[in-house]
Amino acid sequence: MEYFLQQLVNGLTLGAIYGLIALGYTMVYGIIGMINFAHGEIYMIGAFVAVTTFTLLGALGISFVPLALVVVLLVSVGFTAAYGWTIERVAYRPLRGAPRLAPLISAIGMSIFLQNYVQLLQGARVKPLPPVIRGGFELLHANRFSVQLSYIQCFIIVLTVILIAIFTLVIARTRLGRAQRACEQDRTMAALLGVDVDRTISLTFVIGAALAAVAGMMVTMYYGVIDFFIGFLAGLKAFTAAVLGGIGSLPGAMLGGLLIGLVEAFYSAYFSIEYKDVAAFSILVLVLIFRPSGLLGRPEVEKV
Amino acid sequence: MERAAASIAAPRPGGLPGRLKAALAAAGVALVLAVPLVGLRTVDQGGVLGIETRWDWVAIGVAAVFVGRLAGGLLTGPWAHLMARAGRSLPVLPQGAAVRGLAFAAIGFAIALPFLPFANRYIVDLGTTLLIYVMLGWGLNVVVGLAGLLDLGYVAFYAVGAYAYALLALNFGLSFWICLPFAGLLAALFGIGLGFPVLRLRGDYLAIVTLGFGEMIRIILINWQSLTHGPNGLASIPRPSFFGLPFERVPDPGVTSFHQFFGLDFSPEHRVVFLYLLILSLALLTNLFVLRLRRLPLGRAWEALREDEIACRALGINPTNVKLSAFAIGAMLGGFAGAFFATRQGFISPESFTFIESATILAIVVLGGMGSQVGVVLAAAFLVLLPEIGREFAQFRMLIFGAAMILIMIWRPQGLLGRRDPTVRLGRGR
Repeated sequence: MEYFLQQLVNGLTLGAIYGLIALGYTMVYGIIGMINFAHGEIYMIGAFVAVTTFTLLGALGISFVPLALVVVLLVSVGFTAAYGWTIERVAYRPLRGAPRLAPLISAIGMSIFLQNYVQLLQGARVKPLPPVIRGGFELLHANRFSVQLSYIQCFIIVLTVILIAIFTLVIARTRLGRAQRACEQDRTMAALLGVDVDRTISLTFVIGAALAAVAGMMVTMYYGVIDFFIGFLAGLKAFTAAVLGGIGSLPGAMLGGLLIGLVEAFYSAYFSIEYKDVAAFSILVLVLIFRPSGLLGRPEVEKV
Repeated sequence: MERAAASIAAPRPGGLPGRLKAALAAAGVALVLAVPLVGLRTVDQGGVLGIETRWDWVAIGVAAVFVGRLAGGLLTGPWAHLMARAGRSLPVLPQGAAVRGLAFAAIGFAIALPFLPFANRYIVDLGTTLLIYVMLGWGLNVVVGLAGLLDLGYVAFYAVGAYAYALLALNFGLSFWICLPFAGLLAALFGIGLGFPVLRLRGDYLAIVTLGFGEMIRIILINWQSLTHGPNGLASIPRPSFFGLPFERVPDPGVTSFHQFFGLDFSPEHRVVFLYLLILSLALLTNLFVLRLRRLPLGRAWEALREDEIACRALGINPTNVKLSAFAIGAMLGGFAGAFFATRQGFISPESFTFIESATILAIVVLGGMGSQVGVVLAAAFLVLLPEIGREFAQFRMLIFGAAMILIMIWRPQGLLGRRDPTVRLGRGR
């Protein structure tokens, strides 16, 4: 029971991270109907910017943790959002209206490019980062087994909840959110009614990249090591999460992320840790066979 | 209509000031992008990270973007006609007798290569590697170029073929020639098993599922220790024989080896040349097979499906089955190439089957031109020979390829040498 609780805590933390990445996939899919293969790489870049900023702050002698966290968060989100914007501008916008395969190949090209770009610039070795937030609560202690909720896990979960709240407000209440939802339903009609479609799509990429950057920063602090290849598996799992929740559905992406995180935590705890990535992938295939529209998605009808 | 609306919203900047402004904006963005990843570099200083700065690199990068954007702006602006002329003069493959003659000349050269005076072991080995990639490219071309399905885990089928041969040969002592069809068949079965649930859905799902599948196969190969020996890989995989004549210096008792049978002096190069000719014939068979398939109703259905799935459905083509056949045939060809790879190396490990490999093969197909058999050869040659020129190129290879994939999609989606024309036309089209 205690072991179960501990895995629940770990799974929720992981799920929060996946959910944040999945939101980016699902938003982009909703608005331009393509999988942004480079999204995992955006998350990876967010993690690298976070490591660099943490190191820089350390070198400057700033040791007040809350200040460091806020600075890293802002810097990481800012720079990564710039990457998200540029990727859309360079690799996807010229291909709007091109045959289906073209943006997909462009996206995979972008993903390969970014992986190698970071590898060449920052080195292929893993980047270790000493823990920024130490310690934690002991939730429960029984049978010589204690259930830990570390401060970093609290930080991740609380920050995710705050971000989701802000994000929901933006989508539901602001002008941008309204434009975003309009473009999702019918881009042509939205354009005719005066919505700047290009700008809305750009902002969608910026928001998606910002969320991925936060996820990258969290993972840096949570695991303490990153390398240039982390975007690959994380992207795959986050995409699975988006499909599981119903691609195009925003609450679905978060739900899917949490479920994938839980599955991964429980699978590695109770079955085998080597095959935890296979578990996530099997879910993707199973969902595609039995419920391609996902848990909260609407079935897709393709029209001429 | 959408385009019209977009162009009203964002008028193109005209004149030199407008272009300068655009170039400055691009340089500004480049500066922002470059600062955290180019300008600052974290270095490991005995377990603790330190920071290095490289502002000179940032300056060079930003300047390059500024100049590039300005030149690009001029090319799409006042000098657009020059650009258009350059685009027209890019090699569009000539059709008919000329290209056919050229292709036969190339094949003749490929067959003669090991016997030419300048040929040595290094060149023949390089040729063998090149031909493996050519064969993989032709196999993937069926899936991506003809059927228009994006397969990002092609290396998985390559791995299945390689492990199928290695395991059958090591555990049951079967010869290469018996295992080869099995390897292809098994890879095709994997392709069908994977494609079946996914091909009913939109193409994007296939891309990501194959991406995952490639990774999963690798994870399974690493972790299924009892069967695959995990990361250590499988060693001493039997080499193929020449119609039952092995290439050993001292064969097992009772077995005649190649050099004894033909009364030659033993030379390790016999096997190298034999392997080269073997992959050459496999590749040529693949090519012939694919070229023939393209003229069958099935091949035409692939191309039709690539262009318009809904129209195909309306004409009574079952898209799932047609896609599945392309996927399975592509997988089978990958399996053949994998079996050859295993027998050539004599050693395989999961390290040979990473995502980079899939990306490389995809890059060959995309750069060479989807659907173009000759383009695949040229792209594969470029890709295999580039790292041989210098280590610096090897390092930048995938970076260049990723960028090239984006640029090609924007400027010449049919690939450098590709033609999107259907293989078969009605009436006097050809």
